[in-house]
Amino acid sequence: MAQGPRVSIDIREKRYAGREAPVLRDLAFDIAPGAVVALVGPSGIGKSTLLRIVAGVDSSFDGAVTIDGVPAHQAPPPGLVFQDSRLLPWLSAVNNILAVRPDISRDEATHWLDRVGLAGQADVLPDQLSGGMQRRVALARALAVNPRFLLLDEPFVSLDRHLVGEIEALFAAQIESEGSTAILVTHLIEDAARLADRALLVGGRPARIVAQRDIDIPRRDRTPEDVLHLSAELGGMQAVTAAA
Amino acid sequence: MLLVLWQVLASLFPSRLFPSPIDVAGHIWVLATTDKLVADFAKTLWRSAVAFVLSMIIGSAIGIALGRIRWLDRLFAGWVVVGLNLPSIVIAIVLYIWLGLSEFSLILAVMCNKIPLVVTTIREGVKSFSRDYDELADAFRMPFARRLRLILLPQLMPFVLAAARTGLSLIWKIVLVFEVLGSDGGVGFRINVFFQFFDMEGILAYTVVFIAIVVVIEYGIMRPLEQKVSGWRRARA
Repeated sequence: MAQGPRVSIDIREKRYAGREAPVLRDLAFDIAPGAVVALVGPSGIGKSTLLRIVAGVDSSFDGAVTIDGVPAHQAPPPGLVFQDSRLLPWLSAVNNILAVRPDISRDEATHWLDRVGLAGQADVLPDQLSGGMQRRVALARALAVNPRFLLLDEPFVSLDRHLVGEIEALFAAQIESEGSTAILVTHLIEDAARLADRALLVGGRPARIVAQRDIDIPRRDRTPEDVLHLSAELGGMQAVTAAA
Repeated sequence: MLLVLWQVLASLFPSRLFPSPIDVAGHIWVLATTDKLVADFAKTLWRSAVAFVLSMIIGSAIGIALGRIRWLDRLFAGWVVVGLNLPSIVIAIVLYIWLGLSEFSLILAVMCNKIPLVVTTIREGVKSFSRDYDELADAFRMPFARRLRLILLPQLMPFVLAAARTGLSLIWKIVLVFEVLGSDGGVGFRINVFFQFFDMEGILAYTVVFIAIVVVIEYGIMRPLEQKVSGWRRARA
């Protein structure tokens, strides 16, 4: 099975124009092909900035980010899921996918919607869908663009836990079947405990990696107790690093 | 209801200066079959259409540029304010003196009045574009043509329609005033002739036909177009 790309991140500094302090500094790590890395940290610390850099949207930083050796902004587009669903409200669900993947057929685009449980919703406008369904369309769009390399920016924020469970299951099934490389940005430790192979705790200002934990238990074998235990452990690590 | 009210008032105050709708309808028929009504309206509509289309194209292009390029907006914002507030009659007289009483100067004068309004509406529309959608297009590496068609134009269309609607109503009025000021025909020119003879039936006949055409354009073109372009907004309601 083809696996996702290797991602190499080495950011010496990222600062926004007009701001004195940098947002990110000395942030370096590699992601092996097929691995899911969770970036965990409080809101507003710079996680989304990092994700925008990896997605190739922002290339004004000091350092290098490569996807299979290619600079991020020149690499094929990732399957990016934004914090909000960010669908184009004037296009139907299927046309939202075709807008970013014009080279696939309508049937293929519809197939991606079917895979996230939206069979029969292809021609519905985003505003006629519930919030959860909109998130699924966004996930289908990301999968259609690049199922082997996924970037998820707080994809479960402001969703009820039942819906989070459903979308997490879809995401987990997808990365298992495609061997996807994925970066999951979240401020919820349990999301990381449930889905990631490695959790990186981001903290400080400018943001850097303050702790990390490899999670050896295979995703599909993790029991609710394992998730609870891992969450507690990661929470403890976060508290210690925050105090330091 | 307006027609009934008009008929009642005309019956209560019968006068040569206050003809009834039935009299006016009869006069429209006479003017349409024996006089220059069709030719006058064709002339005015042609002038309005040319001025409208050119103003929309030029105004939209300038509005997009000012909305997207900040230094350009800073440089020309003052010009737009001056353009918006220049009395239209001054523009018309100056152009008539410079270029003569021609079709060209009349259309140019109308455009000079209309373009600043289009520029302002489109510029503000472009400024209100969502940066989130730009980021979406960047992340998924959408090429410019696709971005323009699927992201920029759908956001711009409500502003284009607003500019078109306000522009149409403005252009009608300006064209008529400029035709009164100096032209060889057209609705404004003819109404001025009627005015010289206190021909109220003629004035009202032209006014009614004029309003009918405006209503046809509104319901036959503008609203269906708006429905087509902004139909997705109904899903939000």
